[in-house]
Amino acid sequence: MKVNIYLNKRVAVIGAGLTLFRRRLLETPQEIAWEAARKALDEAGLELRDIDCVVIGSAPDAFDGVHMKGEYLSHGSGGIRKPVSRVFVGGATGVMTAIAGWYHVASGLCQRVLAVAEEKMSPSRPHPQAIFKYIWDPILEKPLNPNLIWIFAMEMHRYMATYGIKKEDIALVSVKNKRNALNNPYAQLGANITVEDVLKSEVLVWPVQLLDVSPVSDGAAAIVLASEDVARRYTDTPVWVEGVGWTLDNTEWPARDLAYARYVEFAARMAYKMAGIERPNKEIDVVEPYDPFDYKELHHLEALQLAKRGEAPKLLKEGVFDIDGDIPSSPSGGLLGVGNPIAAAGLMKVVSIYWQLKGTAGKMQVKKPVHTGLAQAWGDLMQAGTVIVMRN
Amino acid sequence: MVTPLKEEELSKHIIISYKPNAKYAYTAGQAQSKYLLGLKEGKIYGRKCNNCGKVYVPPKMYCDECFRPTDEWVEVKDEGIVMTAVASFISWTRARLEEPEIVGVIRLLPSNDRDFVYPGIFHRICTSYEEVKNMSVIGKKVKAVWKPKEERKGSIEDIQCFKVI
Ligand SMILES: [Zn+2]
Repeated sequence: MKVNIYLNKRVAVIGAGLTLFRRRLLETPQEIAWEAARKALDEAGLELRDIDCVVIGSAPDAFDGVHMKGEYLSHGSGGIRKPVSRVFVGGATGVMTAIAGWYHVASGLCQRVLAVAEEKMSPSRPHPQAIFKYIWDPILEKPLNPNLIWIFAMEMHRYMATYGIKKEDIALVSVKNKRNALNNPYAQLGANITVEDVLKSEVLVWPVQLLDVSPVSDGAAAIVLASEDVARRYTDTPVWVEGVGWTLDNTEWPARDLAYARYVEFAARMAYKMAGIERPNKEIDVVEPYDPFDYKELHHLEALQLAKRGEAPKLLKEGVFDIDGDIPSSPSGGLLGVGNPIAAAGLMKVVSIYWQLKGTAGKMQVKKPVHTGLAQAWGDLMQAGTVIVMRN
Repeated sequence: MVTPLKEEELSKHIIISYKPNAKYAYTAGQAQSKYLLGLKEGKIYGRKCNNCGKVYVPPKMYCDECFRPTDEWVEVKDEGIVMTAVASFISWTRARLEEPEIVGVIRLLPSNDRDFVYPGIFHRICTSYEEVKNMSVIGKKVKAVWKPKEERKGSIEDIQCFKVI
C-alpha cells in the first residue's frame, strides 16, 4: 500500500484526562467534556488561552439525543472562538480524534491542540440498541429488523468457523479485561469472572452472550497535543506520536470475508511504516486494541500483525497478552472492563497508552519496561480502522 | 467528579421523553431499483466491472476500485454458500424473543471460496438454532425460498429466507 504523507512537525502528547465511565451520569455531555478537558489541561500545565485549535470526537448524535454534537460540545470542550472540527467515524472516532489532533500539529497549523471525545449512551430509551437500527441500509437491510449485535455475532461466528475457535477461548478476553479493569480507578465493570460465567450469561444473539459485550456507558476523555519545541518547554517526559493510520473499507460487509479485519491491517501498515516498525510483534511493548466485544480484541490483534491469522486465541491462552505477558493487551481493562461510551472509549485507549509510556498508569502499569505502545479503534459497519503508535 | 444514577434514582427525577417523528421516503437509485425489480421476477442481478472483473451484488453503477462506470448487468444464482449464521434472541429494541430469528450472510454463486470480496447477501436462513449453535449450517449450500410471485413487491422481503439444499 502506498501512503503519501508529508510531515512538518513532530508531535507529543503532554496531558490527558478522563471522567469516570458509568451508566446514567447526572451530568450533561458538555459538563463531562469539560471535566475531561480541564483535567487534560491541568496535566499539561496549560490554560485554555494557550490552546490554538480544538478537535471534538463523538459517534452517532442519536445516542445522547442531541444533534450536531460538535457545535453542542464545543462549549465544554474549550472550542469557543477557536478553530474547531469534529471527527466522526463511528466506533473508530476516539482514536481518530487523537489522529486529527495530531495532524493539526504535524502539519504546522497549530502548536497546541486540545482533543476531546464524549459520549452518553444511556439517555436513549428503552435501550440504545433501538438507535442502531438507523445505521443499516434503509432498503436492503432495515426491513429485516436488525439490531446492531446481529452484525457482530455474524462476524464472530465467521471468525470462529474459519479458524476453528471455541467460545471458551474467546471468553478469556472478557475474563482478562474485566480483571485488568479492577486496577483502573475510572472503570465501570471491573470484576473477577470466569469463563464459566461468560458461557452461562444471557444469550443475546448466538454466539454473543451478555458477558461477551461491553456495557452501556457515559463518559469523556481528552488529550493535549503539542509540537516538539512547545512540548519540551512543558514537560521532561513527552510521549511522541510516531505513527498514525486510518482507513475505510467498503460498507458492503455481506460481500467481504468477515474472518479478517482488513480495515485494521491497512491502518496498521500505514502507522507502522510511519513509525519505522518492521516487526510489530517484537517492537510493540503494550497494546490497547478495540474490544467492544471479546472476539474483537483477538480479531484486531491479528489484523495489527501481533498474531498470525486465527492464532490470537492460542497466544492469549499462553498468557502473551496478560498484564505480565510479552505483549500486554488492554491493561486498562478495555471497553469490556472500563465501559463503552463510544468515542470516549476509543480516546480512553490512547490515554491509557500515554499513561503507560509516561509511567504514570499506577496499578494499571504493566510489569515490563515499555517504550512503544499502540492504541486502535474500529467502527461503522466493520469498516473504519484507526491506529496510533506512540513512544516515550 | 461525575455522578452516576441508579435505576431507582431515575424515577425521582423528572424525565423528559421525546419520540422523534421522523419519516423518510428513500430512493433506491439506478442500480438498486433494477436489483429490486429483479427480485420481483425471482432473479438476483449484479453489475460487473470489466476492468477488474468484480461483480457487485447488490449492484453499483460505478466500480469502487477502478473508479469508473461498471459495464454490464449479470445475473447470479439464487444459490450460495452460508458464510456465517446467527440466532437472535433479542428484537431490535432489545426486547427478549421466545423463538430466535436466524440470519446470516450468503456468498452467492458463481464465486470462489478464496475470494475475499464476492457477490453477497444478508438475509434470513431457514434452519434450526441447533444447526447454528453447532455451526453445521456454515459452509452449506443454500437456495432462496421465494414468496409466491403475486405477493412479491420488489423488496428484499420477496425472498423469505435461504434454505439448505
Ligand atoms: Zn473495477
